[in-house]
Amino acid sequence: MIDRRRIKVTVNGVPHTREVEARRTLADFLRHDLGLTGTHLGCEHGVCGACTIHLDGEAVRSCILFAVQVDGCEITTVEGLADSDGTLHPVQQAFRDHHGLQCGFCTPGMQMTVTAFLAENPAPTEQEVREAISGNLCRCTGYQGIVAAALDAAQKLKAR
Amino acid sequence: MKPASFKYHDPRSVKDLVGLLATLENKKLLAGGQSLGPMLNFRYVMPDHLIDLNRIPELAYTRAGADTLEIGAMTRQRALERSEDVRRACPVMVEALRSVGHIATRNRGTIGGSLSHLDPAAELPGVCALHDATLTVSGPQGTREVAMSDWGVSFMTPDLASDEVLTGISLKTWREPHGHAFVELARRQGDFAMAGVGCLVALDANGKARRVALALIGVTSTPTRLSAAEKSLTGTDLADDAIRAAAAEIDKLEALADAHASAAYRKRIAGVLLGRALKTAVARARTPERRQ
Repeated sequence: MIDRRRIKVTVNGVPHTREVEARRTLADFLRHDLGLTGTHLGCEHGVCGACTIHLDGEAVRSCILFAVQVDGCEITTVEGLADSDGTLHPVQQAFRDHHGLQCGFCTPGMQMTVTAFLAENPAPTEQEVREAISGNLCRCTGYQGIVAAALDAAQKLKAR
Repeated sequence: MKPASFKYHDPRSVKDLVGLLATLENKKLLAGGQSLGPMLNFRYVMPDHLIDLNRIPELAYTRAGADTLEIGAMTRQRALERSEDVRRACPVMVEALRSVGHIATRNRGTIGGSLSHLDPAAELPGVCALHDATLTVSGPQGTREVAMSDWGVSFMTPDLASDEVLTGISLKTWREPHGHAFVELARRQGDFAMAGVGCLVALDANGKARRVALALIGVTSTPTRLSAAEKSLTGTDLADDAIRAAAAEIDKLEALADAHASAAYRKRIAGVLLGRALKTAVARARTPERRQ
């Protein structure tokens, strides 16, 4: 019993029409069908946050959403953060400046979480940043650099 | 990781949804998917039919009345957190929502999904118990109402048949000035609570407790009101000895035990949390300007 649907989505500003199996997760759709492997898969059951993307501007976990559910929606992945000329997004630049990258596995999810959070809360306290990234696991255990990056990015974004 | 094959349905109205519920076998309802998604990925559940509720706009709303707050089952947790209606009529829900998962899960998770999944540690069912909610359920047999006190039949099992759907929740809000608090203990921010207590307190002119509501999560198999503790506190000045006596009521409960916490530990911290919740709620009741 294979159920297929045709969906239309806009990912990082580019429209796509694809036929997908109903059980295809959004994360697998992005990685395998669109080749956007910047979105990482850690736990695949909504705990680690590595697969976080923006769905119509809100941070969500793409491993526990189905591609059929986002028909007609707008998606941003980590590939959509930097400018087209390669200039890093202030959040990405801050991760680089503050050693927030480390092994890089949690980075896409961290950056998508932080960008959505700062859009809503442009002047957070350190405690608020820690709470905001509490759903993203870094197994290098280097949260210090990530928190510093988020706080610095908030300043830089305010200045823009 | 991927779920077993299923047929996907995305009805656009409650009427169409009820039609599907009447005809399909081995089905699961998909609300926010923050619990069902993992269960599908693990193949812990393997439905033949997945019925997605996310395209039924009539199921997402908040309506504040004089003594009620009505919430559609598909209202997202993040929408409740941001809602002016909820902040005014039911501030304890906003406080509880901060501990519900994380921003990314609250962006998808719904109040109806939380009530239908009925994890014993879930915060929103505790808030619904605290506010004497009435739940509206629809199915091929028609529509019926269930009191929150009857909703939890047993561990993770609500009073909901396989051909029924929870459509709306109506909370009884307190018109009188009162203080509120929701406190819990979890291993980390957003993790499952080992225990949590929600509290509402209204004081009389002499500062004594005129009305008290207490709800407990994470300790018993379903969210529960601490009626005996409420009764013992009513009329007192809510001093430490009165709080201690109320907390002692928790010892009489049959508590859950798992790898995270033993039954004895859960009851012990629930008593501590009850004291903290009461103190915060009383402090807020005494300073009305801070209530909102």
